[in-house]
Amino acid sequence: MSDGRTPKIAVRRLEKSFGPKRVLDGVDIDCAVGESLVIIGGSGTGKSVLVKCILGILHPEAGSIRIDGEETVGTNRRNRERLMHKIGMLFQGAALFDSLRVWENVAFGLIQGRGMERAKAREIALTKLAAVGLGAEVGELRPAELSGGMQKRVALARAIAAEPEIIFFDEPTTGLDPIMADVINDLIITLVRQLGATAVSITHDMVSARKIADRIAMLHRGKIVWQGPTKDIDSSDNPFVDQFVNGRAEGPIQMEVRAL
Amino acid sequence: MFTFLASVGAAFFGFLAATGRLVLFAGMGLAALLSPPFYPRLILRQIVYMGYYSLPVVGLTAIFTGMVLALQSYTGFSRFNAESAVATVVVLSVTRELGPVIAGLMVAGRVGAAMAAEIGTMRVTDQIDALTTLSTDPFRYLVLPRLLAGLITLPLLVVVADVIGVFGGYIVGTVKLGFNPASYLTQTETYLERMDVISGLVKAGVFGFIVALMGCYHGYHSRGGAEGVGQATTYAVVSASILILVANYMLTTAFFGT
Repeated sequence: MSDGRTPKIAVRRLEKSFGPKRVLDGVDIDCAVGESLVIIGGSGTGKSVLVKCILGILHPEAGSIRIDGEETVGTNRRNRERLMHKIGMLFQGAALFDSLRVWENVAFGLIQGRGMERAKAREIALTKLAAVGLGAEVGELRPAELSGGMQKRVALARAIAAEPEIIFFDEPTTGLDPIMADVINDLIITLVRQLGATAVSITHDMVSARKIADRIAMLHRGKIVWQGPTKDIDSSDNPFVDQFVNGRAEGPIQMEVRAL
Repeated sequence: MFTFLASVGAAFFGFLAATGRLVLFAGMGLAALLSPPFYPRLILRQIVYMGYYSLPVVGLTAIFTGMVLALQSYTGFSRFNAESAVATVVVLSVTRELGPVIAGLMVAGRVGAAMAAEIGTMRVTDQIDALTTLSTDPFRYLVLPRLLAGLITLPLLVVVADVIGVFGGYIVGTVKLGFNPASYLTQTETYLERMDVISGLVKAGVFGFIVALMGCYHGYHSRGGAEGVGQATTYAVVSASILILVANYMLTTAFFGT
């Protein structure tokens, strides 16, 4: 457990490449206990790679990632599984298991990861589904029978089912209509507060970022180019942030497009 | 010239790297067999899917293979008055070679492709990463039950294929070629040795492992959406089929080679 001063997550000089392409180029960022950090940045700037490195899904070439002060880079499988008990994750495409019913998806981490009895896990799953506004009848459906917004809500219920200390949200509102996106944002805020969890979200949806973040960091070309409280995002005096927040094509961030 | 050599070298090193990755994957699979968790419910589900649902296709191919074998061997042996060897040739060919190989190839087409498609889809839709975040080792949860099911199920299927294949030869031999049923069965039984059946079952275990390994390996490493999953499926079937034939030669040499 954290003592309150140690950052919940501390990333130092993190580097990750795919072949010749360096995606993370010395990332330094902290996330305090109970904080909601949102990492913004354009597509392909390494936001998802950063989160996958923290989760241990990808292995960085250099740098350090500490969770509650404990180094996680290069840790063994047993330690990784123990660390994963602290973590929940909402994937961009929901990543629900097609072969399982909705309630089994939500209860999966409890049954397989923690060895809980199915009946008890089902009860918890239905409670979590109710918390995201879905009835018990939805629990009996397959993921393919749900709309995109419902799938996101099920994925959110799955992410919080084991009441984790840290929750990652990967593009939680991408692909949703504005009203459903706002519903998801409200659910994220409410559930993270109820759990007292630390939240790390990655998004390029500024409406969502402004709503759910305590602090925002911007990732560009593998580096954190700015970070600060959400209220300072419009007065950052950072040309990258200004261009991104205002959605302008002109500025220091150049898209590589060629004339037809 | 230099470009040609460079591309040959790159292809060679690529082949070595792919072989190394496959061997490491197989080694991880074998090592995982030694320690829990084993997910018995998933193993049982895979055994039912791989075995029970493959019975029609394996049974049909086995019976027609046995029937054709009886016809062809009769045609050949009748040229030097050795028709009485038909029953022996059928039973030895089916138990030693055709039963395991045909069952292996059929299961590679039916099950290996499905494994690669299912695991590949899970890979490209982040479901495998989701398993990791839910404190579940995806290798143990997805790969291990399939490898174990392959090892266990194919020998069982081959027992069925052997019986049906020999029965196919018996039907053609007695109904079409005019053999006496009792003497056909006596011929079948007299020259069949325990080792003939055992070697076929050992082969089946190896082939089942190969089918599951290639399906899981190509699915697990698929990339790039629907196209990548399609490629994984093709690679799984083609590589499993080739490896089955190569392994069949090596095992035959090991069992019966001089």
